[in-house]
Amino acid sequence: MGTTKIEIKDLKAGFGGLSVLNGISLQISEKSITAIMGPSGCGKTTLIRCLNRIHELTPRAWVKGEVVLDGANIYDPEADPVAIRRRIGMVFQKPNPFPTMSIYDNVVAGLRLNGVRDRKILDSVAERSLRMAFLWDEVKNDIKKSGAALSGGQQQRLCIARALAVEPEVILMDEPCSALDPVATAKIEESIMSLKQDYTIVIVTHNMQQAARVSDLTAFMYLGEIVEFGDTTSVFETPKSELTEKYLTGKFG
Amino acid sequence: MPKINPNHATARRRKAVDKLMTSLIVVATVLAIVPLVLIIADVASKGIPVISLSFLTSLPGWSAAGVPTGGIANALFGSFIMIVIAFLISVPIGVGAGIFFSEWPESRLSTISSFTNDVLAGFPSIVIGIFVYIVIVLSTGTFSALAGAVALSIIMIPIIARSTEESLKIVPVTLREASMALGVSRWRTVLKVVISTGRSGLATGILLAVARALGETAPLLLTVQGSNLFPTSLFQPTAALPLLIFNYGMSGDPTLEAQAWGAAFILIIVMLALNLSTRFLLGRRLGEVRAEI
Amino acid sequence: MPKVPKGDLTLKAAAATAAILIIGLLGSLAVELFLGSTPSINKFGLSLILGKTWDPLDNVYLYGAPPFVYGTILTSAIALLIGLPISLGVAIFLTEKLKGKKTIAYVLGTVIELLAVVPSVIYGLWGLFILGPFLRDYVEAPLHRYLGFIPIFRGTPLGSDFFTAGVILAIMIIPTISAVSRDILNAVPNSQREAMYSLGGTDWEVIQKSVLPYARSGIFGATILGLGRAVGETMAVTMVIGNMPNITASLFSPGYTLSSVIANVFTEAPSALYRSALIELGLILFFVALIINLLARLLLWRMTRGSHFRI
Repeated sequence: MGTTKIEIKDLKAGFGGLSVLNGISLQISEKSITAIMGPSGCGKTTLIRCLNRIHELTPRAWVKGEVVLDGANIYDPEADPVAIRRRIGMVFQKPNPFPTMSIYDNVVAGLRLNGVRDRKILDSVAERSLRMAFLWDEVKNDIKKSGAALSGGQQQRLCIARALAVEPEVILMDEPCSALDPVATAKIEESIMSLKQDYTIVIVTHNMQQAARVSDLTAFMYLGEIVEFGDTTSVFETPKSELTEKYLTGKFG
Repeated sequence: MPKINPNHATARRRKAVDKLMTSLIVVATVLAIVPLVLIIADVASKGIPVISLSFLTSLPGWSAAGVPTGGIANALFGSFIMIVIAFLISVPIGVGAGIFFSEWPESRLSTISSFTNDVLAGFPSIVIGIFVYIVIVLSTGTFSALAGAVALSIIMIPIIARSTEESLKIVPVTLREASMALGVSRWRTVLKVVISTGRSGLATGILLAVARALGETAPLLLTVQGSNLFPTSLFQPTAALPLLIFNYGMSGDPTLEAQAWGAAFILIIVMLALNLSTRFLLGRRLGEVRAEI
Repeated sequence: MPKVPKGDLTLKAAAATAAILIIGLLGSLAVELFLGSTPSINKFGLSLILGKTWDPLDNVYLYGAPPFVYGTILTSAIALLIGLPISLGVAIFLTEKLKGKKTIAYVLGTVIELLAVVPSVIYGLWGLFILGPFLRDYVEAPLHRYLGFIPIFRGTPLGSDFFTAGVILAIMIIPTISAVSRDILNAVPNSQREAMYSLGGTDWEVIQKSVLPYARSGIFGATILGLGRAVGETMAVTMVIGNMPNITASLFSPGYTLSSVIANVFTEAPSALYRSALIELGLILFFVALIINLLARLLLWRMTRGSHFRI
């Protein structure tokens, strides 16, 4: 395992009186793909949404504990969520491109937020991001058109390109393929694996085969706690916990 | 890979813009609320002193010196009579149409009529006044409470029809099916089961329509003209509360103007009471805003 | 073949009659307005719409439609200029800034909607005796004094003028525009907001760049609805606009609108022809209201149908 990019220290979170995360401690390694898997309701989505401070946007949501990014706690009272969210990008479960914008405008939306106006920079970043998302060849002649005609898989790759354009250090992905067909899924997995060279990726998935295919490290969550965490091969072939083994063999899901 | 560095000046500017817009938004909300508070306060402070038992029970009159005395009894009575008649006309038609829109939505008549209903709902009431003037006042040769009531009912029907339709549509299809599966005929199902389930929505709609009609002045200007006497028949110029407020307010006479405030207070109290009670009845949006869409 | 119970047929027939009556109502409204204006149309043709006409037979100076159309347009424009930003601000405050604080949102929302409950004639009374003088002394007078060289501030402020009428109308359309806008904004999916937040947007940027664009056709529809309300408003306008036909750039001069001239003059019309001309104005108002209404419904229908992405 390489250097730690994000250290999660005893993270608790929930909504109102409901506690969803019961003290998560985890280290996310730099420039690798960490998968978080577990049955429905185990808290994996909440966990990932705490990493870029999106969780707190829901009314009555609360967070306790620390999430340390490169040595600084993102939940420090002085920390600026806006700056943090630029460094940690997110791709959502259902693709959510901005419908009133063209493909091009979608991709550079984050750059424009940060005041980048220079056409040349925007054009080059747009092309680069779309290439990294494996979408460039399919849309390069139509990037000024609205993304409405794109298929689900293409829309999701557009969202990946959009997240990449602001050059985050970490990319969070919340079940990015669950709304897509196998062909689209394969394309996205391909792009995710190529991104690993430059980005730290955390991917939540309920598809354990996907976790096995794609990730370097895997965490297994159950009822708001990390049950097991280690490099993917060990977790899948020689799970230390009985719970993990039961999950992997499909005894519950 | 080249990094695009966050510009600190830009970040500060964005934060400042965010703060500015937030305060502007709050200012806007305050600006929206202030007039309401002021209006109610002003109507109360200018109107309450004028109100007395004699104000409510006597007719307009003048002292020997030409100073207005008396009260608004005929206006209160006139408004009341017209609302009652309008109610009797508009409720059957409005509820009937609402039932048709809700129970037979697939019919062509339903779509056209429902659309027409919506158009009618948003109509300038003065135009409705012109219509009733032509059709009733001209043909009967006189201003009348009947004409006024008809004008008010034209305003009330779309509101009632719309809210009836909405309230009945909310009743689940399964309820109708269950009733008919038990052998209850369709008409009984609608009248007994569906309407009784949706009855608070229906009542709300009718209350809102009544409240709306109470405040309408423009159509009455053209149909009842106003009067200083108690109405003895439905076919003569009649006084009405909002009309009195308008005439006295524009009269230039300070005593009459004061009476206008008093009448305004009565009117606004009644309207607030009606509207707020529907809020509690159904938690529903107030008045015309819903009905206009 | 089972017989349809007679009760069913009766109910359907009765309900259908009511539905037909409504269509008949709108139809006869249109017909009567047309018939009522024909004398005027026959006599003056288009010149009534386009300009002034003198009718020596009746010894009456008939004003053509332009001053009234002008007044309606001007007051509605002022109303929208002032009312739309405030309404949007209210809608944004209640949906975006009060997330989760349901009680406050409910109370404030109710208060704003109470603005719609106040009858037009009471707005007029308040406008005439309180708002008008206030605007005259604290807004119009200074504007006239210091910026009087600009045409719109040129007239001597009297209190009953286009400006006051526009402000009153603005207040009256706030509940309409803000209530519909609230519904529209609430319909914007949260995933849109989260997408913009996750790119590192501030609260305002999220509203400005993802929520408002998504909601724009609905908000436009809400605005048109408010415009429709402003155009048809009669009593409040009549009481504060000064009631003089006037086409002038000055906001501080008295004016007239289509609806208020009808309200003021109709019952005292000196001749049937005069009345017919007024009915023709009513016909114009009828069409304007109709078009505005249709436009608003079209826009709102599109928004609720969702012309946006579907997966």
